[in-house]
Order: sequence, then structure tokens, then C-alpha cells
Amino acid sequence: MAERAESIETRVIAAIVKSQDVDPAKVTPGTTFEELGMNSLDALALINELEEDFAVEIPNEEAMGLSSVGQAVECIRRLAAP
Amino acid sequence: MTRRVAGTRRVAITGLGAITPVGEDVVRFWESLRAGRSGIGPISTVDCARLRFKNGAEVAGYDPSRHFSDKELSLLDRFAQFGLLAAREALAMAAIEWTPRLRDRAAVVTGSCLGGKITEDEAFAAVYDGAGRRVHPFAIPRAMANAGASQIAMEFGLRGPAYTVSTACASATHAIGQAFWLVRSGAAEVAVTGGSEAPFALGHLKKWEALRVVAPDTCRPFSRDRRGMILGEGGAMMVLEPLDAALARGAAILGEVVGFGMSADAHHATQPAAEGAALAISAALEDGGLEPEQIGYVNAHGTGTQVNDPIETAALRLVFREHAGRLAVSSTKSMHGHALGAAGAIEAVATVLALRDGVLPPTVSFTEADPECDLDVIPNEARRTQVEYALSNSFAFGGLNGVLAFRRWT
Repeated sequence: MAERAESIETRVIAAIVKSQDVDPAKVTPGTTFEELGMNSLDALALINELEEDFAVEIPNEEAMGLSSVGQAVECIRRLAAP
Repeated sequence: MTRRVAGTRRVAITGLGAITPVGEDVVRFWESLRAGRSGIGPISTVDCARLRFKNGAEVAGYDPSRHFSDKELSLLDRFAQFGLLAAREALAMAAIEWTPRLRDRAAVVTGSCLGGKITEDEAFAAVYDGAGRRVHPFAIPRAMANAGASQIAMEFGLRGPAYTVSTACASATHAIGQAFWLVRSGAAEVAVTGGSEAPFALGHLKKWEALRVVAPDTCRPFSRDRRGMILGEGGAMMVLEPLDAALARGAAILGEVVGFGMSADAHHATQPAAEGAALAISAALEDGGLEPEQIGYVNAHGTGTQVNDPIETAALRLVFREHAGRLAVSSTKSMHGHALGAAGAIEAVATVLALRDGVLPPTVSFTEADPECDLDVIPNEARRTQVEYALSNSFAFGGLNGVLAFRRWT
């Protein structure tokens, strides 16, 4: 379980690094989207990427509430649960 | 030929036409708005199994064969049908006595964000589904965004300036504003202007789904629990002519266009900016020689998204200051949905009728006030109030804004 949790976090961070073109060293669970310089469209693009990568569907209102790396990880962890 | 100085002619509205989710003509459209009836419901013309939202505002029960022959329909996407039907109604109401010279100086200016998306969707499906189906031979002339303007010009033999404006959700407002300026300046002697849209095509709806701004339930502009916009379809047109000419021929005058303003936010692809919207509102007031205190009603852009409604509130407060508290503001999108490039025309017709009848249409489905949208939004029920001047706001994605100012005719 711990291993799986870690891998979700790693994969979410990888998706952020790729889609937002940011330095991996700056992305931790505590980092907010704002700190990464992401605006609403950037967040939308990331959420789209995460849905694709994890084959999940993030409902609109949940998606709009995501504002940090940790929240995105938590959301995916919940939706990707077996 | 004498040309008057630009800006000296008053411009009368002598015809209105509308085909909308709450009524297939102006009379039924206006009855619905006065009664607060919403046309929002489950989308029926597209299979929504693969869509995350299911509701829209369609012209329910619309039957093209009641209005057009099969041969005519082969050249008419649904959006152009709506434009043509609204123009027919507006021109019948205006009852202009056409002369060859007047036809040569008659403008047609339409708005469309999308053009013929249903035609396009069918063509792309035929190409990509591997079944070897052929693309309709008229897909190009059917899908072009100016098809509505061209079809109106052809049906009525109007040979003056004719074109289509495409500025997303502000298309029709920009179109009407330009037509107003053409008539006011003397560049045209009469204009048919408005917009039409038919966005219900699966490929197109998937793009809205991806943007995550469409509500799963309904459109609740300015309510605290609003969940987004609801797409709508339809068309609306108006006939504009110089007030003197309209009076001389004894035309029934429905109202006046008195001002038009435009601006760009120069800010963001989808998020509006209050300062940009305020610039357009101020420009419309200035164009019409109006003081903010003269405005009694604003037909808001009011999409019902989380982002639009507080920004629009802030824009109105920037321009109207303390008078903002005395303004009546409603979003009729809560009833007819967001018809994108036609929205400004549908809402302009509603604004003109509100001035004519002294009845302000409501914002329906209103539940709970949002402190960030602290305006008098005419919740749920129409209000009997005689207003002299009113505005119609349109703020497009891409930050392109248009505002029209109308005056009651007495």
C-alpha cells in the first residue's frame, strides 16, 4: 500500500513536471499550483493529463477545488483506489 | 448624393425576430421571459451517453421542414436556418417598402461564434469513422460562419455591406453595434443584424466538457451555488433604420439603439477582467452621450460560471459606483441558455422589449444571494418597472467585450 501511494505521488509529480515544464526539485506535496506559477487553464491542462494517465474521471467541482500537489495526489489516490 | 456627418442620425429599431429555446417567435419568446419560463432540459438532438453533462437549451420540437424545402435545407446548416428565420420575422415586422436603391444600401451584419458546427461534425465523422462515407458536397458553404448573412442577403436581395463578426460570446453584440454604426453614419440606409448559433454537435460538446464550465444541472447566474453555464441555440435579428426614415414612412418604432462600446481585456484566454468589461460599458455610455445614472436596467452577460458573475458585478460597480445599487440587472441566460454567438442578439431583443413594455425579465433558478454578486438581479420573477435606457452586456472568451445601449421609444 505504501509503495502504491508513493508511486501515485511520484507519477503525479512527474505529470506536473512534464505538463508545466517546471523544475522537479520545486515540486513537493506541499507546493501549491500558485507557487508553480499555474493559472486556471494550467490547472485544467494538468487535471486532463492526470485523468488520462490514471484512467480516472475527476468530477468538475472536485477538479476546480484542487490547488496543490498534495490535493491532486490525494484526489487521484481516492479515485484510483481498486 | 449628400452624406451626413457621422454620428448625427438617430437609429430606430423597426423589426425584431427570434427563434429560441423558450419560443419560436418574438411573441412566444417574450411571453416566456415575462413568465420566467426556462427552456433548459435534457439535450435531445445529441446522444449524451459519452458526455459528462446532459442538459442544454434547445429549440425543442423545431421542424426545419415547416420552413424550408429539402433543396433549401441542403445548403442550410441549423445555425443558418435560425438566422434566416429570425431575419424573416424581423423584416416582416418592419414592413419596409423596398426600392432597388434601398436594397443596394441595405446592410446585413450577423454574429456567429461557431459557423456550421453540425455540418462540420458530420463531415469529420464521415472522414474518420472508417466506413468510407462521403462528405456532403455543400459542407463548405453550409459550414462557413457567414452563411447566415449570405442567406439573408440572397433571400431578400440586400446588396449593401454584408459580413459576419466572430468574437465568441460577444459576436452578435459586436454585429449589432457595427450595424448601428453603419446606419448612424449613413454608410447604410437600413440594416438587418443579429446572430445565430447551433452548438449541439457531439464533437463540439466534447470541447465544452473538456473546459469544465458547463453546469450539470441548470444555469443559476449570480446565485451562490451556481455551477456553470448551460449551452443554448437559436437566433435573433433586428431591423435598424434612420429614425427620420422610419417616422416618414409611418413605421412602428420598437426602440432606439443609442450607443455601442467595445474593448479588449488584454488579460487571459478564458478569465474575464473587470477593468476590460468596464471599459466597454463606459465606451457604450460615451458613444450614446449617456450618464451612468440614466441607465435603469442591464441585461447582464451573466453566464452562471463561478468566474464570470463576480467579475461582471465588479465591472458594473466600477462604472456605476453608487448607482450600481439602484440598477436592475438580470441574466436571461437562466432561461434561454448561452447561445454563444447568438446570445447578444437574443438578449438585445429581450432588452428592447423590456424597455417597450416596462417589464424587466428575471434571473430564474435563483436560489441564494452571493455576496460577491451583490446586485439587484431580479430573482425569479419579472418586474413591472418602466426604464428609459438599458444596456446589454457581452463579454467573450479571449477578453473581447461589447456593450449596446438602448432607449425606450415614446
